[in-house]
Amino acid sequence: MSALAQHQQVAAGCGAPDQAAPLPASVDLTKETVITGVVNVDGAAVSGAYVRLLDSSGEFTAEVVTSPEGVFRFFAAPGTWTLRALARAGEGSTEVTATNGQNDVVVNLAD
Amino acid sequence: MSRDNVLVSAQWAEENLTTPGIVFVEVDEDTAAYDRNHIPGAVKLDWKTDLQDAVRRDFVNRAQFSALLSERGIGNNDIVILYGGNNNWFAAYAYWYFKLYGHLDVRLLDGGRKKWELDDRPLSSDAVKRDATNYEAKSPDNSIRAFRDDVVNSIGAENLVDVRSPDEYSGRLLAPAHLPQEQSQRAGHIPTALSVPWSKAANADGTFKSDDELRELYGEAGLDGSKSTIAYCRIGERSSHTWFVLRELLGHAQVRNYDGSWTEYGSLVGVPIALGDEPGKIEVDA
Repeated sequence: MSALAQHQQVAAGCGAPDQAAPLPASVDLTKETVITGVVNVDGAAVSGAYVRLLDSSGEFTAEVVTSPEGVFRFFAAPGTWTLRALARAGEGSTEVTATNGQNDVVVNLAD
Repeated sequence: MSRDNVLVSAQWAEENLTTPGIVFVEVDEDTAAYDRNHIPGAVKLDWKTDLQDAVRRDFVNRAQFSALLSERGIGNNDIVILYGGNNNWFAAYAYWYFKLYGHLDVRLLDGGRKKWELDDRPLSSDAVKRDATNYEAKSPDNSIRAFRDDVVNSIGAENLVDVRSPDEYSGRLLAPAHLPQEQSQRAGHIPTALSVPWSKAANADGTFKSDDELRELYGEAGLDGSKSTIAYCRIGERSSHTWFVLRELLGHAQVRNYDGSWTEYGSLVGVPIALGDEPGKIEVDA
């Protein structure tokens, strides 16, 4: 291990943030494009649903699991994105055109 | 190499939850997931606090790894079944790590926690305590680990595979999109690296695609099978997933995982970086 590597800080991990928590104070909404929302089935929130963020070509960008309140959150970039949710209750997807700041979305599941 | 030796199905796992000599180990990105519930009898490894040195950016050493597995009740001859969330990213990272320290028989649960949950298989919140062992790790096998000089020297000479999302590869995003984007390193990718996102190797339920599908995927991407390969991502966990596919499922002979990945490379002074969707060329000084 070289001196260079030793002096580098331990990398911030991929530790998944708690999806239900309010945005951390360190998140600058003038710089971040936050896509957040809830997964519903028949109007009721679905916890433990797997939500994928797909880019404009349909390619996987990230995946999170919804909180006990059915909430998910991504940090993306301005542009068109697709959200696809998968749970035991069913599947669903929706498209969003995101801009800087917070973008709120609802994904409804169907069998 | 057969996938039967490195991968187990959820059905097989459920039938072997109490089989002596088999230890289930959960390794999650969300390190609190295990504490909410886990596969009955499984123990937990925390990828950060258990598997990373607390001060330097490096792994725990051989003695520390031996002590860790001894304390968790894992023996040298146990069959270790690793699983976790996020399509097994961190379980694959742990798999590679167990291989680095020479564990004899380690396997991934195909589909990880996601498929297990979608199948509605049993989960438990009971505390798990296994009797301590005297685990003895082997010397680290650095033939499967790439360091930054290996990576710089491989530009234009070996296969480099960038397994991040297309937006991270091109430089439009700096981190996977479930994390804030403000990062200190530069955006982009290592020149000549092919873009093959890890997600292309997995089905929607988190299981691995078939060997034929995987061969086609990397063949179409232009991966030259006669050369050695280095896989990288942002911190080395998604690239462990691809390392697993290339070495353990497809049997490529020389595959290394660059755990420094973009958080190291994108912070190095003086190294070349390519922006955009194309691999880019080798820079030649004028």
